[in-house]
Amino acid sequence: MPSIAYEKNINRRKFTFLRGVHPPQCKDQSWQLSVETVELKPGQEVVVPMSQHLGAPCQPVVQAKQEVTVGQLLGDSDAFISAPVHSPTNGIVKSVSPQPHPSGKKCLSVVITVGQNPAPRQQWQSLQDDTNGENLVPQEIVSLIRQAGIVGMGGAAFPTAVKLTANPKKPVDTVILNGCECEPYLTSDNRLMMESPGPILAGLELAMRAAGANKGIIAIEDNKPQAINSIFMEVKNRPNLQLAICRTKYPQGGERQLVKAVLDRAVPTGGLPLDVAVVVVNVGTAAAIAFACREKRPLTERIVSVSGDGVVKPGNYRVPIGMLLSDLIDYCGGLTDDAEKVLLGGPMMGNAAAILNLPILKGTSGVTVLSRREVRLMQETPCIRCSRCVDNCPLRLVPTRIAHAIKARDLDRAREYDLFACIECGCCAFVCPAKIPLVQYIKSGKRLANQAKKG
Amino acid sequence: MAEIEQKETGKKVLLVSSSPHVLESATSRRIMFEVVIGCVPAVAAAIYFFRLSAVMVLVTSLVVALASEAVFNWLRKRPLTIGDGSVIITALILALSLPSTIPAWAAAVGVIVAVIVGKMLFGGLGSNIFNPAMVGRAFLMACFGTMMTNWVAPASETSPNEPQQVQATSQPTPLALAKQPIKDRANADIPANLKATPYEVNQGIENMFLGRTSGSMGETSAICWLIGGVFLLLRRTITWHIPVAVLGSAGLIATIAWWSNSAVYAHPLVHLFGGGLMMGAFFIATDPVTCPLANRGRIIFGIGVGVLVMLIRLLGGYPEGVMYAVLLMNGMTPLLDLLTRPTPLGGHVRAG
Repeated sequence: MPSIAYEKNINRRKFTFLRGVHPPQCKDQSWQLSVETVELKPGQEVVVPMSQHLGAPCQPVVQAKQEVTVGQLLGDSDAFISAPVHSPTNGIVKSVSPQPHPSGKKCLSVVITVGQNPAPRQQWQSLQDDTNGENLVPQEIVSLIRQAGIVGMGGAAFPTAVKLTANPKKPVDTVILNGCECEPYLTSDNRLMMESPGPILAGLELAMRAAGANKGIIAIEDNKPQAINSIFMEVKNRPNLQLAICRTKYPQGGERQLVKAVLDRAVPTGGLPLDVAVVVVNVGTAAAIAFACREKRPLTERIVSVSGDGVVKPGNYRVPIGMLLSDLIDYCGGLTDDAEKVLLGGPMMGNAAAILNLPILKGTSGVTVLSRREVRLMQETPCIRCSRCVDNCPLRLVPTRIAHAIKARDLDRAREYDLFACIECGCCAFVCPAKIPLVQYIKSGKRLANQAKKG
Repeated sequence: MAEIEQKETGKKVLLVSSSPHVLESATSRRIMFEVVIGCVPAVAAAIYFFRLSAVMVLVTSLVVALASEAVFNWLRKRPLTIGDGSVIITALILALSLPSTIPAWAAAVGVIVAVIVGKMLFGGLGSNIFNPAMVGRAFLMACFGTMMTNWVAPASETSPNEPQQVQATSQPTPLALAKQPIKDRANADIPANLKATPYEVNQGIENMFLGRTSGSMGETSAICWLIGGVFLLLRRTITWHIPVAVLGSAGLIATIAWWSNSAVYAHPLVHLFGGGLMMGAFFIATDPVTCPLANRGRIIFGIGVGVLVMLIRLLGGYPEGVMYAVLLMNGMTPLLDLLTRPTPLGGHVRAG
């Protein structure tokens, strides 16, 4: 492991937060594999949903049988909290219809048949333009980010332009770049930091300028020494940027835990990091910001790490957004015979896919395929009030109370115990010895509570 | 409620369930098993010191406990719950807190009350308010009081096969010996030079630690419970908060009393090693179902148990108080949960 020289841009202490759990990291399968670019084949189908972000879905601006080119606008929205979607390839629109979506419901999507000449993929590891982007004012940066359709690529998929729009009532003093990648199995952000640190830091500086922050901190967990070194090489000559190494613990990458660990500020429940003058941006999003602002590149691809014992060829792949999961898995050699669960995301917070013809979205950071050996469905037994869930919840909630209130359909009590503060990180269910599906109860409870409020 | 949905995808069937998809390997049954392992040193000591009668009481308790829970499940037409292992712990803790002279049928009655009234009638595992073993013991104390105080000295080298039955009068336990000076002080009839002092009981501290003293089967050997307790702490089956709070508060009060008047109050180690305090601190008060959820609540709970034990021992009518202290604090647990509810990071969800 290369040693990291302690200079003034790097904090000597390791940051962490209270509680949290240590699931097995399982990153050995893919962290050493460099990113492979996945090319689309002529005739393949690509599905671009109108809603792959938090906020209002887009309206399609193309129709069936129309020819589209790579980067062309496919859908847009006038709503403030939204982000446009673009085509990842050259081809012909097959249809604009509801298609299966990873959320479980069908979503209006543009289905494109890849044409004979899918455009050559542009390089992604460094920016062509060397200027610092000093000529761009914050409003221009935000507008370019919006036009490029950039959303949070760590998984939450919140429209980045909205996040970085300066709010005079809530000034921002720090932008934290989230390079923690605390989920087991996922290595896409790690490889991005190792292979293309330049665009990441350029994106950070653009984000700082847009938000009006004068301090930028890059947070990386200590299980990624190569990424730390790679980023450090870029950071050491820039005085307003700092590298913060965090202890490897789940969920260090959760923005509330990150802000608490690195800056010791508690984001108010129901609020945003903006309320404590911070903005948290994923490293992938930062790289996309750099390409959007300097080269006007829309967001049409991302790095997805495919791993787990259930896939033949794990690795890190540069995937066009909209590529079908089934095609990606075929590219990786297909599923093994004992593959049991296909997860979009990591094993702690990812969603299990029931069918494979789902598109890869802007927020899909990984595909984890668990084999029969790694999956154990266990029967729920009564709660013995061992309070391991309470002791490990990174937000200091009382998961057993919330879950049992929901089980009894007592939504008022569940809300009283801060049902809506839960980030569904899974720490509670991970440690529960009674194998109570706490996160499932809480997810259902949130839905029940929202329905009750409407009806 | 772990709904499993299986859909055909042509040739492969994929499993779908809620996140998280990896779980730790600990199970409730394993936790119960570890507690039973923690009791093993004390069980071994009980059999070593009290021989056949100890074996009788232990075996009867185990069999009757399993049977009564199984019969209750059958009567209620519900699936069998004895597999979760909690009833074994109830039987062991209750049996070890009884004197070895108790007839097997009385132990059986106590066990039935402990399992049925103390646990099953509340709704089974996880729903009871009071520690089931202590409920059973309280019942026995109330209904079969004399049988419950018929202590014998442990088997010694002179009579290796049978516990030494002394006279017809019951053999005083160390705590009863410790109580005598306190009673005598309050009694103005006894002249000052004839009042009992704690001298004799202070000499017996080493015996109390190792177990060569009279008392209930499990109460005698403090070192066995200490070994078991440390095992549980190392395995993270229990957390340090309750044992430290119980022993710390009890030890503090015992020390203060001893400092204030060592002619009346016994040495603090007498109180720490004597009676069921070690057993209670590690195995009875730490029962997860009946103690508070939050760590702050657990510390207050432990302090309450320690204070109540010492109040009963020093100022109350009984020489031993662990059972009542634990039962009283069990009743306080819901209130403690309410008062020590953790504040979420970032504050509570604001209404509206």
